[in-house]
Amino acid sequence: MTDVIDTLAGLPPESELRAARPTAREYAQKSYEALFVSVREGLMPVGERLAVTCFVAGLHGDTPAMEHYAGLLAESDAAGLSDAIAAAVAAGRTEGPYGAFPAGPLSAEDTPGMVFKADADALGARLAAAFEHAHMLVFHPRDAGRDAIVALTGAGWSATDIVTLSQMISFLSFQIRAGAGLRVLAAAS
Amino acid sequence: MTETVLTHENPDEPNVFTQDMLGWEPWLPPMDEADLTERHWTALVQKGRSKMPYFMLLARDPDILEYRTRTDMDIFYNPDAGLPRADREMAAAATSRYNGCIYCASVHSRFATQHSKRKDEVQKLLDQGVSARIDPRWDAITDAAVALTSIPMTFGPDHIEALRDTGMDDQAIADAIYAISFFNWANRLMLSLGPTTPGEAN
Repeated sequence: MTDVIDTLAGLPPESELRAARPTAREYAQKSYEALFVSVREGLMPVGERLAVTCFVAGLHGDTPAMEHYAGLLAESDAAGLSDAIAAAVAAGRTEGPYGAFPAGPLSAEDTPGMVFKADADALGARLAAAFEHAHMLVFHPRDAGRDAIVALTGAGWSATDIVTLSQMISFLSFQIRAGAGLRVLAAAS
Repeated sequence: MTETVLTHENPDEPNVFTQDMLGWEPWLPPMDEADLTERHWTALVQKGRSKMPYFMLLARDPDILEYRTRTDMDIFYNPDAGLPRADREMAAAATSRYNGCIYCASVHSRFATQHSKRKDEVQKLLDQGVSARIDPRWDAITDAAVALTSIPMTFGPDHIEALRDTGMDDQAIADAIYAISFFNWANRLMLSLGPTTPGEAN
């Protein structure tokens, strides 16, 4: 399978830029495959994963990532959500990171920002809760407290699915940046 | 059935960036050691992690836990060429400072100090934030961390040039990109899956 960070960065398969970190390369790709390709039965459904992922890629505004994951979404059972996802991206785009620190000396650095509300009519309650969580993790992760987890469990999310959802959003935050960073480096080499 | 969300009495939640040892507690029930299969033990990578609630919570999805850990270890521990360990740790600390992860910043500022022997300069990043000016190398790494962590991302050729001006080759710059990107993964898990607590992690 094609290495996805190579795809996002526009690198050839044997690029010198990644040759000295073969294990990071291998396991970043295995992370991608575990999250999107060879998903274990009983864990968070693939369609939900791709819906949240296309939202996350859109919030980052990274065209290669948006195109890659839109391609996967189109072939999934969540393909019908593409308009609702595009609307959520348009409503959710902002600048980050922002958020509040635990009260104290750092409160002077608190930065307010958007608290995203997803359209539960378009997405369903379960996915809407996931989009709201994803928006928080993408733009203002330091605001994520117990209430955010309660919102997910209240929408029917199990502890294991919350772990997968959190790993997935966090992994994308890595993968999109690694691809974008290496793309800039390759262009400047 | 609605899942149980844990509560923690945490009146002294850390509210400053520090190089001291801190603790962490999960909002959701970690796995019990008795329920771990071979797959889970492999996913923990290091056996001692079965005593750490963070890894035992992530063990609920063992595949992504294992692959996350092995990605992390190559980015930070592979000594073959590239960026010195102290600088990789500064990249992690600067990213954590900017995203606001007090726990991650404590761990990786300690590592930066351990490998650089420059505790006061590391502390300056924690105290003053990402606008702190320390020296050309660490400033270029911090600026790269801010540019690649921000959305929209502003990382561009000027950042590459600033890193290169401090003697970094392409491998070293790729290491910085990986370290910054990886901490955008780690910070989000730590910040969202449980609170930071005082004292040593259990």
